[in-house]
This record gives sequence, structure tokens and C-alpha cells, in this order.
Amino acid sequence: MTEISAMGSPENRRHPTVGPDRHEWGGRRSPPPLQEMKPLAQRPAQPLPSPSDWSFELIEQYHEVIRATAERYGLDTYANQLEIISAEQMMDAYASVGMPVNYRHWSYGKEFIATERNYKRGQMGLAYEIVINSDPCISYLMEENTLAMQALVIAHAAYGHNSFFKGNYLFRMWTDASSIIDYLVYAKKYVAQCEERHGVDAVELVLDSCHALMNHGVDRYRRPAKLSLAQERARLEEREDHMQRQINDLWRTLPRKAEEGAEQAARRFPAEPQENLLYFIEKNAPLLEGWQREIVRIVRKIAQYFYPQRQTQVMNEGWATFWHHRLLNQMYDDGYLADGMMIEWLSSHTNVVMQRPMQPLNPYALGFAMYTDIKRICEAPTEEDRRWFPDLAGSPWLPALHHAMRNFKDESFINQYLSPKLMRDFRLFSILDDETEKDYLISAIHDEDGYRQIRQTLSANYDLGTREPNIQVWNVNLRGDRSLTLRHTQHQGRPLEKSAEEVLRHVARLWGFAVQLESVNAQDEVVQRFGVPGPQ
Amino acid sequence: MLQSIIDRRLSGKNKSIGNRERFLRRVKEQVKEAVRRAIDGRSIKDVEKGEDIRIPKKDLSEPVFQHGEGGRREIVRPGNKEFVKGDRSPKPQGGQGGGGGGQASDSGEGEDDFVFHLSREEFMEVFFEDLALPHLVRTELTEQPEWKTHRAGFVSDGSPTNLHVVRSMRGALSRRIALGLGKRRSLAELEEELESASEPRRSELLAEIAELKRRIEAIPYLDPIDLRFRNRVRVPVPSTNAVMFCLMDVSGSMDESRKDLAKRFFILLYLFLTRHYEKVELVFIRHHTQAAEVDEQNFFHATETGGTVVSSALVLMDEIQKARYPASQWNIYGAQASDGDNWHHDSSRCKEILQQQILPACRYFAYVQVAEPEQNLWDEYATLADEVPHFAMRKATAVNQIYPVFRELFRKEGRAAA
Repeated sequence: MTEISAMGSPENRRHPTVGPDRHEWGGRRSPPPLQEMKPLAQRPAQPLPSPSDWSFELIEQYHEVIRATAERYGLDTYANQLEIISAEQMMDAYASVGMPVNYRHWSYGKEFIATERNYKRGQMGLAYEIVINSDPCISYLMEENTLAMQALVIAHAAYGHNSFFKGNYLFRMWTDASSIIDYLVYAKKYVAQCEERHGVDAVELVLDSCHALMNHGVDRYRRPAKLSLAQERARLEEREDHMQRQINDLWRTLPRKAEEGAEQAARRFPAEPQENLLYFIEKNAPLLEGWQREIVRIVRKIAQYFYPQRQTQVMNEGWATFWHHRLLNQMYDDGYLADGMMIEWLSSHTNVVMQRPMQPLNPYALGFAMYTDIKRICEAPTEEDRRWFPDLAGSPWLPALHHAMRNFKDESFINQYLSPKLMRDFRLFSILDDETEKDYLISAIHDEDGYRQIRQTLSANYDLGTREPNIQVWNVNLRGDRSLTLRHTQHQGRPLEKSAEEVLRHVARLWGFAVQLESVNAQDEVVQRFGVPGPQ
Repeated sequence: MLQSIIDRRLSGKNKSIGNRERFLRRVKEQVKEAVRRAIDGRSIKDVEKGEDIRIPKKDLSEPVFQHGEGGRREIVRPGNKEFVKGDRSPKPQGGQGGGGGGQASDSGEGEDDFVFHLSREEFMEVFFEDLALPHLVRTELTEQPEWKTHRAGFVSDGSPTNLHVVRSMRGALSRRIALGLGKRRSLAELEEELESASEPRRSELLAEIAELKRRIEAIPYLDPIDLRFRNRVRVPVPSTNAVMFCLMDVSGSMDESRKDLAKRFFILLYLFLTRHYEKVELVFIRHHTQAAEVDEQNFFHATETGGTVVSSALVLMDEIQKARYPASQWNIYGAQASDGDNWHHDSSRCKEILQQQILPACRYFAYVQVAEPEQNLWDEYATLADEVPHFAMRKATAVNQIYPVFRELFRKEGRAAA
């Protein structure tokens, strides 16, 4: 959890995760069925001590009660490890996309400097916590936090995020990161070795170019086979050899027989458009050296690893926020929390879920409101709720909530659960910005007519497919100048931003030859072209 | 469930330092420029702190494929109080969506400069990049110029002045005793036998005794291997003090801008010296027809004026140095700034004082003329510069020349002179 305005979307990338344990996913073992929360074992004689300053014993005491309360609600988590760190260390962690280890790159230095500066000037609160999902799941607690804040962070990160990582289907499916830390250690070492051998500048060039394509370095639909780190390593050398042979084959310069040549000319390469640009480059760029290919691969792997996080921003933050709120309230009801503690964490909570009117939706606020709303629909459905959510209305809320957490991503979650009441509460409306019109058009508001449309629009807004331009590898000129052609398929007539040419330079650097990009509209007509010559 | 609470506060600090270094590498040119600018307008002792660096944001952009303006897009916002479906709202002028698009958070960071603070170490790092002391000075600095000798026992070779007579004689004596021991024993036996011997055995014994005596006497009284010399070793004495004399002409022709030029030069020299010495003292001497020692404030902002007798400052420097900064304990540096306009007959005297009094005690002396015309002082000094390697002179007539001139004066050896 962080201060909202400062963090926005990148925040979600900061929660690396560990995938499911394999047989669990493979066998689709369902988690224990949930009905009602378990009863409180014994009421405490008096509340927990509540000085402002934390101490190790106090954190342990609070953690124990939070843990027990989370258990009563059936939150299934990886084991927790809490680490106390300084503000400076928190900024360190920020600077390398939240990971405890990462390879060196100037952009992380830039990030660190920017964070440090904002923090020192008080323009931004630091994240109260960063959570790294590994088993055990590591949560960072900042030493500057008060005891109340530590309690909030433990509930939020160690039980909220942690259970999300363990439960949500995208993380289970896409990230086998029982080895993510190991992989990052490997990446860090590998990049450092390359720097020694080939110079910092040469490595930086490759990394810069890979970073430019990072968002286009993921498989969106195909699930990659999982490999342990050991297998990865074993395959590395083999891959390097084999790769070069294959590429040589592709770019064979010896003349072929005439008929074979004709067939070749007709054959497109790639036969099907490829969406994973980094993967295509890794496998086919003719001039990359082995180490460069491996760096492309490293960046691609890490991009893939963060991909689920980018798709579950609202759900993940909302879930963690819902649970810190629920758990701490429960502890108060049970007599564990003193009034002062309540007031302190509630004021932080209020800041986190604040939504400014007309501003982009705050994922914490929206997510929190949606889970809260699901609970409400289960417990006290209105007529409208029964019409919209016939299966949900009146069912036990706890299993319903867990179901919602496990089986959706932001796009489908909103499509499934955004209720008319919530749209009214947020006073949502949609704005259509059409290039051909002089004015913005208010296309829907929070009324009977608009509910479905707003829900659909908002859901689409969270679809990465519409957020990011759809760019694919279209063709390679095999027989001629070896140039690469990318194709951008416009979404609703939206052109590419001018920075596209900059990005193409990065592509050309990796590809080694000229690169073109065609932007095509819905009628399949090319409406925009970018092109850069090959390096040198 | 809870495995442990781990206190990480003392470990793994500064993990980002490597990334920060890489960032600085990337923006090296801008950083250098900013450091140059920062040197302007700081007092000498104050100059040595960090600096805020501004870099235009576009130089640091990391481009990605993004949707541009145009086409159709539909976004959802909260907080509607006034609109109903079908309402229209004018787009802001200029076409760019201030009305807030779904992409606002991605691209809405604006084109502000990226500002960051360079730490003192980083500042100095950049500042002194590719600068080094001229060979002579560098050697002395790095190899510690002060030596102290002390005794370290006795060795078997050395110069006659270090010969230790008693040790050598003692050695000779023991050698003689050792070598003659067997012979003397035989001699004693023979002499005992002689007492009771009769001819012809007696004659034999006498011959043998004579031979033995001859051989005993043949043992050298003093052999070269007996010689012992006092051993003295030289150990370096770390010298961590330096004093820098700032000599400035404040005659009427030295206007504010010329003083400013001089100041900048002194700043550079001061910074440079603080890199090599723990302690650098400053002595400010200003002069017109007379010289006086003053504080920094007075040095640069004096309003006194008068004619010019440059030698007065040199004389005062020499006096102060001899009185307070003995050359055996201090590394002495001098920097002189003037517009070169001197009383005619004084210039040769300046050269003389420099050559005979000051330069022998100094590690380095630099003269900067902050005006263009080549006056007689320049001419006199020019002959000196040819002869004395640790004397240097340059002209600087504009602020932006100070840094290059300084760099030239302290150019790394082996680089072509400008």
C-alpha cells in the first residue's frame, strides 16, 4: 500500500509473486471450502498495548493476533517473513522494481533518485510496505512506521497480498516463481559478467533496447512451459549453440536450387504474425551474439513474470485493502485493539481509498469498494442486486469473495461484479473522445440506461490489449535487405504516438537491419508509416 | 506461520549505488556542465559541497509504443455531478487532452527538468576527472615527500662515514681468536715439549714453533669482512598539511570582474589541494604598492587602490612562509593573480624573489594573468617558466577560460599541451 496519487499503476508491478506449487495447480486441487468464519477462541482480558513506537515484541504480539484472525476468515497464505528496513532501503527496493535483487541499469538509478528526491521534499509518502511473494512471503516494514501502521501493513501485505498471490488464477498459471529470486540472482550475475567482458556501454545498449520492448515481450495467450532454474541453466549453453545454427540456416547465403528458391520467395516469414517481439528477436535476429540473445531472454522472462501483476491491479490492491480493513475491525470487535490504534490506522486507510472526483480511478478505492460491495450483495441484497446478481445475492459472503479473488483479472472482475449501486456511489460516467468531433460526448452516466455501457467501457479500460498498442512482427525480407516489418493494428482508429520512431531505433539495434512499422486501420489500410535504417 | 521478524536495517544499505553510478555515467555531459556552472559564484571554502543538477527530461526518456492522440476512445471517470447522457463538453484548446485520458498516468509527467542532487564526492569526482598534478608534484604528493631517517642496526657495507670502529674491531678480534685457536694450542704444546727436548728434536721443534708463530701472525688484523657500518633507513613521514598562498593584485586596474576571475582560479586550486591534503590553510595576500595579509572577504572585496608593486606581495609571502610554514613541515603552494601591470623596475625583482626565495620552497606556483596585454611582468615570468618546471603561467580573460586554464596548468602528464 502506498500513497495513492504518487504510485498509480506502476505500484502493482511491485508485487512480484511466486507461482503455485505445481501439483496443486496441475491437479486443480481446490482450496478448502469456505462457509462462515470460525468463532473466536477466547476474548482477551484487555487490549494489546498501544504505544506509538513499535518494538519487536509488540510486532510479534500484533502479528499473532492478525494471523489468528486471518485464519478465522480462511485466508490461505504462504508463510510470512517480516523484515524491518530503513527508509533508504525502502527506496533501494523501489528503485529495482521492488525486487531485492536485480541487474544494474541506469533507469533504476534514475528511479531511485526521483523517489529519494520526492520523498525528501515530502511530496510523496513512501510506500508503507513492499511485499515480495516468495515462499516464505517477505514483507518489508519501514522502521519509521508507528505501531498502528505496522499492524496495518502486516494485515495488508502479509495476509492480503500474500493470499492473493497464492490464490489468484493468473499468478498460479503464469508465474512459476518458486525460483524468481534465484532467477534474478542469475540475471544479475549474468549481466554483470557481460559488463566485464563486453563493457558497460555495450550491455547498456542492449538493455535499453530490450526495455523499450518489454511490454511487447510477453506471451499473452500461450502459457510458457515451466522450467526450474537448474534446467534453465543446463539449457543455456545448448541453446546458444543451437540458436546460432538455426539462425545461420535461416539466413543461408548459399544459392539454392531454382524451384526451392521460388518456393522460398513465396513463403512468408514469419508464417503467422508474432506478438512477442522480444521472443522473435531472441530467436531470429541474425547478428546478435550469444550473450546479447541471453540478455534479451532475461528481460523477456522478467517482463513475462510481471505480466499478471499488470492485469490485476484493482483486484490485488482492493483485496489487500479490504482485508486490512476487515481484520483490524474484527480485532477491535474482539477487544484486541485500543481506540487510539483504531483512529490512527483508519485515518491512513481513509487516505488510501480516497477518490478525487473527475480524476482517474484509484485502484485501491475501486477495488476496496467492489469487494465491500460483493459482501453487501451477499448479506443484504436489494431488488436490483437480485436482478443483476441472482447467484450472488443472499449467498454466504466469504466463499463468494474468495471465488471472486481467485478466478478473475481486472477486466473480467469489473465486467462481472461492478454493480449499479457502486456506479451510483462513485457517480461514474463515460466520456467519448472522438477525433472527428469538436466536443467530448458524455456517452453514459450512472443511470439505468448507462450501467451496462459504463461497466463495459471501464472493463475495457483495464484490458491491457486495449491499453497498449497491438504491434506484431509482420514480415521479414529474407531474400533482400533483411529488413523487418512490424504491423500496428489500430484500436478504434487510434494512431501511434510519435515516440514510436524512437522505439523502432531500439528494434533496429537488436535486429541489426532496417525496420519499418505500418499502422493499419480497421479497413486494413495502411494509414501511418514509420521507418528507421539499420544500425550504421 | 510467522517464520521470523528480521531486522535488516543494518545490512544491505546503498544497494542502488551501482544503478546510481550508471545513471551518472549516462548523464555525464550534463553533470560536467552543471559542475562547471556551480563553481561560479561560491566562496572558496564553500565550494566543496554537492550540487543540484537539472537535466531536461526528454534526455532521460525511455520510449515505449503508446497510443497517440486521435481516434476514438472512451474513458470512465468518477464524480459526475452535472452531466447527463448526450451532453457535450468542449475539448480544451490545443487539442491535447487536459480533460484527462486513460493514458494520462502513462504520459502525463510533463517535460519538467529532472533534478537531482550530486553528493560532495560525486561533485568532486566529476570536477577532477582527467585532472592530475603535473609530474613533479604528483610524484611528491603520492610518494610522500618528507623523509625521516633513523638507525636500524649495523650492516656489512656502507660508506666510510658510517663505519663503526668499535664494532668492526670487536669483530676482527673475535675472528682472530677463532682462526688462531688451534694454532696457539699447538704452539703451547710444542713450547712445553721444548722445555725438556734435546737435540736434534729441539731444532725440529724450534723450526715448527717459528713456522706456527709466522702463521699466527699471518692472520689478518683487520679483514674487510670485519667491517661494520651504521645502518640508517629512511621512512616516509606522511605530510598532510598544505598551505596555499593567494596573492592578488588589487591595484586600480583590477576591477571586480578581474578579481572574480582570480577568485575562480583560487577556488579551483583550493579544491584541488583539499583532495590531496587533510588540511589546507589559506593565506590571502593582497597588494598594491604595499602588501598585506587579509581575510577572504577583504581579499576579494577590498576597495583600496593605488599603484602596483608586485614584489611587495612576494616578499610578504616569503616572510610569512619562513615564519609560520617551514618548508620541512608544509607543502607550500602559491597562486598569483594580477593584470600584469607592474611598476617597471619591479618586475625583474619579482622574478628574482621567485627564483631565489619562493620557488625553492614551493611545490607549485602558478601565475594567472587576468588581462590580455603582455606586460613586462609577463615577459619576466616567461623566462622563468622555461627554466623551472613547477612554475606555470597562463592568461585568462573571461570566466569560461578559467576552467580550461586551470586544467592546462594541472594537465595530466603525457597529454598534448594546448
